[in-house]
Amino acid sequence: MAERVVGIDLGTTNSLVAYMDGNHPVIIPGEDGVNLVPSVVALDANGQVIVGNSARKFLIETADRAVYSVKRLMGRGKEDVRDELKLFPFRLAEDLADGEVLRIKLADKSYTPPEISAYVLRQLKHNAERFFGSPVKQAVVTVPAYFNDAQRQATKDAGRIAGLDVLRLVNEPTAASLAYGLDKRKNGTIAVYDLGGGTFDISILKLNDGIFEVIATNGDTHLGGDDIDNLLIAIALDDIQGDMGLDLRRNGEAVQRIRKAVIDAKIALSSSEKTVIAVELPGGKLYQREITREAFEGIVRPVVDRTVEPCRQAMKDAGLTPDQIDEAVLVGGSTRIPLVRQLVRDLFQREPHCELNSDEVVALGAAVQANILGGGSQATQDMLLLDVTPLSLGIEALGGVVAKIIHRNSTIPASATEHFTTGVEGQTNVAIHVLQGERELAKDCRSLARFDLKGIPPMPAGLPRIEVKFLIDANGILQVSAREQRSGKQAEIQVQPSYGLTDEQVENMILESFDYAEQDLAQRQVIEARNEAETILTALEKGRSNQAWQHLTDDERKIIEILEAEVREVKEGQDFQAIRGAIDALNQATMRLAELMMDSAVSSALKGKTMESADMGEGPVAPHPIGKAEFK
Amino acid sequence: MSTDTKSAEKAKLAHECWSCGAMRAAHFCESCGRVQPPVPTDYFSFFGLPRKLNIDPKQLEREFYAMSRKLHPDLFVRAVDQEQSWSLEKSSQLNDAYRTLKDPVTRTEYLLKLEGVNLEEQSKTATETARAAGTQKKQMVPPDLLEEVFELNMQLEEARMNKKMGEDDPSLKTELADTRRRLDGKFNALAAELQRDWDEWDAVIARAESGEIVDTERTAVRDKMVDLVNRRSYIRNLVRDLNEVLGN
Repeated sequence: MAERVVGIDLGTTNSLVAYMDGNHPVIIPGEDGVNLVPSVVALDANGQVIVGNSARKFLIETADRAVYSVKRLMGRGKEDVRDELKLFPFRLAEDLADGEVLRIKLADKSYTPPEISAYVLRQLKHNAERFFGSPVKQAVVTVPAYFNDAQRQATKDAGRIAGLDVLRLVNEPTAASLAYGLDKRKNGTIAVYDLGGGTFDISILKLNDGIFEVIATNGDTHLGGDDIDNLLIAIALDDIQGDMGLDLRRNGEAVQRIRKAVIDAKIALSSSEKTVIAVELPGGKLYQREITREAFEGIVRPVVDRTVEPCRQAMKDAGLTPDQIDEAVLVGGSTRIPLVRQLVRDLFQREPHCELNSDEVVALGAAVQANILGGGSQATQDMLLLDVTPLSLGIEALGGVVAKIIHRNSTIPASATEHFTTGVEGQTNVAIHVLQGERELAKDCRSLARFDLKGIPPMPAGLPRIEVKFLIDANGILQVSAREQRSGKQAEIQVQPSYGLTDEQVENMILESFDYAEQDLAQRQVIEARNEAETILTALEKGRSNQAWQHLTDDERKIIEILEAEVREVKEGQDFQAIRGAIDALNQATMRLAELMMDSAVSSALKGKTMESADMGEGPVAPHPIGKAEFK
Repeated sequence: MSTDTKSAEKAKLAHECWSCGAMRAAHFCESCGRVQPPVPTDYFSFFGLPRKLNIDPKQLEREFYAMSRKLHPDLFVRAVDQEQSWSLEKSSQLNDAYRTLKDPVTRTEYLLKLEGVNLEEQSKTATETARAAGTQKKQMVPPDLLEEVFELNMQLEEARMNKKMGEDDPSLKTELADTRRRLDGKFNALAAELQRDWDEWDAVIARAESGEIVDTERTAVRDKMVDLVNRRSYIRNLVRDLNEVLGN
């Protein structure tokens, strides 16, 4: 069997892992039975990394040992996150050099955003492995459609650090459309409005007999539910300072308590007209404030309104008017807010779809794409995703202007070939500055990398002809290759990524391989299942010599024998789940035998016989499940 | 891997599938379906189209979808590295070709480039590069616009000045808005003119296909289209300048 590929939604607030069960995508729950794994990472007092729900309590108790919403920092530099730092309790390492990848402090250690994301990914990987009972090594991971090259690369790095081969990065709204499209199978245009915890995306797609063609995408990678929470927190902090004279802005624990309370209130206001924000403050004082939905909407409207312009731009780029959009789809937890729904209704002039759980739909779609990449199944056989690059790619030309070479909303993979030459006689290096963005000047665009073309044969100025090929792959990540055409020599390219880890750095971060542990886990599960099989078979042998055996009907005995043969057969294989299944079936079938044996044991006992001579096996109680007659 | 590369080199020469050795097709082997190594090709040939300008967009889209279903990297995730990179390169060629041919104007510009015309000088980038470097860009003002442009440039200069100083000149604005409307009309009329040039070009190519020598006619239509594309981008730049001053 081909290796299993899972779909992962690596979210700002929560993350999920899903797989395709036959023709339907299914979320894989964690050990606690919960589908959502909070994207929170903490370092406990023993230096142990904790992820998810159990890490959440650290946020309140020892805030310096926990971090959340780290997705906001992926692929970004120190100067980008200044605003972020005012609102989020990220503690950057003090010794960061300019241009270095950010490092966040957890207690006395520091980690880069990809490393922290890798811990979340590893948790999801473990959840999947526990679920399947076998190692999981390949995944499709979703990213906001509006993520730039550096943010995508950082996500891919996180996968590698977690020991996952990321077969594809899929844009979140596109993934959601796959989950919806699986059942609907309609042709037409759809708009996917995705407002999550920290990012906003709008994508417009054309569906055509299983081809999901993205025509335009737009968004804001720093807009989401977090921003709404921050507004509410600011109000609460002002209140508290005004009413109680307490300035809690620097009190991490208090802010976290308030954050939790405003989030609860925000959620409550999606279904009721008013609620109370209630927080127990340090020192035991209680802060309470009633808030109506109307007041809430007044506060958050500026945040919600920021989604309008990207939607308009995407429609303009797609060359469509709202009446040409056939369906609108809501994705992301923040689309539960009635105000957001109303805005989407107004924008696209129709009732938006929200049948699938808006927290889960992206992961479900990722599982569909994982299935397509893994070779497909009946449900996905005609499905193909054609996505676009969200931002224009350009190179810095004379005077600091950007010459666009691949325009935004170009279907990926996309490529462009440019020619460069030298300006000075004998020049052997040419530097190329590659940027992403829509602005005209290099200083207003996102610097991706500086490429240094080396080893150009010395020639008079202007004579070398260096052909550079820029290719954006299906993950939306740039690849560059160069060739000096007169000599035919493959030019050497040295890449200086503006915001990212080098290959070597990633290599050094790869989390201690758990491959052995995984193998051990799988082996152990098979061995345990086999032991259990042996136990039940031995017990059955004993049962057969018990007089109770004679009281069974012929049919009952026949069924037991068939299932017994089944257990004997599958226990030789490597599939522990099959072994357990067979054991369960045999257990069921031998239920009555066990009861009969119990009865006879009881009556024997009443007749004054000892347990041992009651011909019952070793133990003092009736052996059912038969395997339970095992004492150590 | 190196044997794959070698056999690929050989296959390229022999027109054979690198994998099964059967007859090769342009993009995939007709016998075993494997993707074939990319070869340098123009966008028309990539779709197996003649170098003509009238293209049925529906048909082009169907072809694009059909080829995407065979070339997209999603289908090669489990293939050997070499095939993966061929599929990546070929599907990027496919997407580039489709994007270029889908749009009537980029299609025309691309064809002109294939016909040896350098349109670079007319591009927005060239304009900006020249502007940033403070040099004068070589650009021919379309003769029928010469007078109007001279007048317009002075008015634009004045409007920019006003804007800088925070002054308002409603009559100038009205005049500029009128000019913009007139230019928009001219711009839109170009579509019909372009269609006529296309028909003429396609007729010339059809004659060439049947063995006629049509070099003179070919150059004549080509130059007509170069002129049209230049006028078009010139007007577009003027409208852009007007939009900057007037707002949209």
